[in-house]
Amino acid sequence: MSMMLVNDHAIKTTGVLADVHLAKSGLLREAKRGQAVTAHDQKEAQWVARVAAIARDQDQKAFAELFRHFAPRVKAFLIKSGADQSLAEECMQDVMATLWRKSHLYDPSRASVATWVFTIARNRKIDLLRKYARPEPEDLPWGPEAAPDQADAIALQQDSTRLAEAIRTLPEKQRNLIERAYFGDLTHSEIAAETGLPLGTIKSRIRLALDRLRHAMT
Amino acid sequence: MTTIRHHITDDLLMGYAAGILPRAFDLVVATHVSLSDEARARLSSYEAIGGAVLDDAGEADLDSNSLEKTLARIQGMPMREPSHNRGRGIFPGPLYSMAGGDPDDIKWRSLGMGTKQCILHSDKDASARLLYIPAGQAMPQHSHRGTEMTLVLQGAYRDESDRFARGDIEIADQDMKHTPVAEAGQDCICLIATDAPLKFSGLLPRIAQPFLGI
Repeated sequence: MSMMLVNDHAIKTTGVLADVHLAKSGLLREAKRGQAVTAHDQKEAQWVARVAAIARDQDQKAFAELFRHFAPRVKAFLIKSGADQSLAEECMQDVMATLWRKSHLYDPSRASVATWVFTIARNRKIDLLRKYARPEPEDLPWGPEAAPDQADAIALQQDSTRLAEAIRTLPEKQRNLIERAYFGDLTHSEIAAETGLPLGTIKSRIRLALDRLRHAMT
Repeated sequence: MTTIRHHITDDLLMGYAAGILPRAFDLVVATHVSLSDEARARLSSYEAIGGAVLDDAGEADLDSNSLEKTLARIQGMPMREPSHNRGRGIFPGPLYSMAGGDPDDIKWRSLGMGTKQCILHSDKDASARLLYIPAGQAMPQHSHRGTEMTLVLQGAYRDESDRFARGDIEIADQDMKHTPVAEAGQDCICLIATDAPLKFSGLLPRIAQPFLGI
């Protein structure tokens, strides 16, 4: 089953460069070897490889694949956050262009591609709706000398899949509350962070990745 | 990284991840996260929820030629854009940007007894200010409506509950009355955000409050 997914149509059409990088990175190979690999994990590995292909080769085909998946979702997210059609389209194009420009800053050991796209979309949404640049934490730059650990990246992508699964299986009322918070429908005083979600694992994993990054930077 | 003993609460991290905090709170969270990898990891886990929500948000119809238009935007865009978000001195990046400089560039206003402040931002939801307390000096006792976040940038202070040093954050609710005292040795600089005006307990500060704009 995993072989079939690795060779699925999407990845064949991604462009030679992304495929080469995918093979080189070992991400997909590792994913195949893993025990609890799901279709979703492999998808994640493909998104990661495509972002890497943009950063390294400015690969437009890889970008087109990411666009096909994420652009309609980013636009839907913005509409659910209160933007009208034209603002959502404008903002979405800007988000996807930012993905291109910042592809070298994406760190797969700290976020899934969906999470990274979410942070870009959230920031652009705030910039546009509130007309100011939101204060953001300092970037943690990393170059080739501090490239993220492959095993960390795979584990993080798997944690992200599991978290998404946990959110999907929440009781309707609770899931609705979380969605409303992230679409900006709640005020901060209405937020109860007791989401009942298994965030401990993913947090520890990211913490470990940050420790490695700091170590590599010094 | 400094050893941080007092961390930010989950509701504020989730609020920041969801993008629904007032700007003054965003500033304090972003500054704290710049100083604390623990907070950064926790924030990332709340952002991962956002990733899952986005992935399940459904698919909106795109304009025709949406991809082509986006590719046109990308043409000529610089790749590997350098980070503009670096701090200087005791001010991490987000605070440095908001303050428009480092502590030497700040236009402080005296609150008396060597204590100074500078309001960085104020809107209907919340305000953010820098507070400068000389070593060994007490800050005027106050209580407040709503939530107050205090992040230490330099020196340290003690109040009734504990000791707070660089990177530490104290979240006080409306029931808390406190009298922070700066430790001897180094002047203390804090970044403070409140989502409602402060109420000073002494008579004089209460009169002064409207003029101070806090």
